[in-house]
Amino acid sequence: MIDLVELRKHYKTVEALKGVSLRVASGELFAYLGPNGAGKTTTIRILTGLTRPSGGRAMVGGHDVEREPLKAKRHQGLVPQHINLDAELTVEENLVIHGRLHGMAASDIRGRIDELLEYVGLEEKRASLVKRLSGGMKRRLMIARALLHRPGVLFLDEPTVGLDPAIRRRIWSLIKKIQQDGVTVFLTTHYIEEAEFLADRVAFIDEGKIVALDTPRRLMDNLGQWAIDVYRENDMVTRYFPDRESARRFAEEHRNGYTLRRVNLEDVFLTYTGKKVA
Amino acid sequence: MSRAWLAVYLREMLILRRRFFRQLFSWSVAPLLYLVAFGYGMGRHVTVQGVDYLDFLIPGLAAMTSMTQAFAIGSEINIARFYWHIFEEFQAAPMSHVEYVLGEVLAGVSRAVLAGLVIIGLGASFGVVLSYNAYFWGAFVLNSLVFSGLAVALAMLVKSHADQAFMNNFIITPMAFLGGTFFPLSHLPPWAQEMLRFLPITHAASAMREAALGRTPDLFAYILLAVLGAAAFAGAVFTVDRARD
Repeated sequence: MIDLVELRKHYKTVEALKGVSLRVASGELFAYLGPNGAGKTTTIRILTGLTRPSGGRAMVGGHDVEREPLKAKRHQGLVPQHINLDAELTVEENLVIHGRLHGMAASDIRGRIDELLEYVGLEEKRASLVKRLSGGMKRRLMIARALLHRPGVLFLDEPTVGLDPAIRRRIWSLIKKIQQDGVTVFLTTHYIEEAEFLADRVAFIDEGKIVALDTPRRLMDNLGQWAIDVYRENDMVTRYFPDRESARRFAEEHRNGYTLRRVNLEDVFLTYTGKKVA
Repeated sequence: MSRAWLAVYLREMLILRRRFFRQLFSWSVAPLLYLVAFGYGMGRHVTVQGVDYLDFLIPGLAAMTSMTQAFAIGSEINIARFYWHIFEEFQAAPMSHVEYVLGEVLAGVSRAVLAGLVIIGLGASFGVVLSYNAYFWGAFVLNSLVFSGLAVALAMLVKSHADQAFMNNFIITPMAFLGGTFFPLSHLPPWAQEMLRFLPITHAASAMREAALGRTPDLFAYILLAVLGAAAFAGAVFTVDRARD
């Protein structure tokens, strides 16, 4: 459904993408993980036609985003990182404009708005001005808007950034539901737990390059099952173990300050890049 | 061509509807002040080129409005682009650049026509009823097309709200006062008259005044405005493409 081949992007002095290649299958929930400035948003902007690539190829639904931009755009919905709703218009008006931009018939737009407002739990807010909605509601409205024209692929760029944990969980359930309905989801995030909870596969990007790509389970299993953080004077060292027993034996030798815990995706990123995601 | 341009146009009109009374007030204030200052202030006794000054002034004000209100679509785009990030919604839609520009340009023209009707209404309330015929509205719409297209093109080139204000101050304001809106160009030195002949507003104001006073305007003005309108539209399509990173 999504194909990137040696995708490159350079701005005046910065090389934002240094040859990114990956393939996302139909129906997959793919998380694209990395620190701020790693190249996540640039990748999404190229895939959705907002940014011109400097080299390589990007395809969505079998269409090259540069050669057949209109066909590629018909296949996709985008939820950008920042809120980009018309605050002076109502929830319904925002959705109507989106539907018309995508060439939907008026009757289809009406039916789809009923369906989607219920889907994202905003049916009571139909006539409300967007400026009166909370941050979480605006995010859900943006997701509804991106789904209005029935895209095969949904791009979510940091969909939960700045939201409180309860609302974040609600958005996660919504994203899961979208995938279960057959939509391919390409999600960028710098929240490790978001990728762990949601994704079928994860790609780690750092400084414009993919440093690891696999299922969260396999990436973590490659390190081990358990981790021990050993605290030294100005430092902390992490060791990985295949089972809890061997981790405990190691811990007994380092009685002065340690934490025993499960291996997570942060450990994977740290191992590959030597730095933390967030 | 799809009908996505209608969505762009619809959005601008919905926003205009929501702000309608504020907008109506804003469209009325400046012309009202001009009418009071130049109409009552200078008196009904002043004549210019053989007509009452108010009869001379109203078509000039209409020409100025067709320019300023059409150009104001640039400020709306600027806010949508840099503050609300709505422009990305258009960029991500399956819509050509031509369709986007068409929607915005028509919105600019519609704003200008509404503001023009306000001027005519205000003029009538001062007892000035002129001949608002097809020649008048033809020049009005063509001038709006020129400045609406120019506004879209420049809105794609600017990088901030401050740049947009710069455009208004250095392009529109001088033209508003020097393009034959408030006084006949024949009062200026010959070199200034020659320079001002290069401004579209000069031709628009002249054609609209001739039409409003019941005379037949020079068709050259219409041809020139149509050519400039097409050039501004093409420029806008080009700059929309350039607006991608």
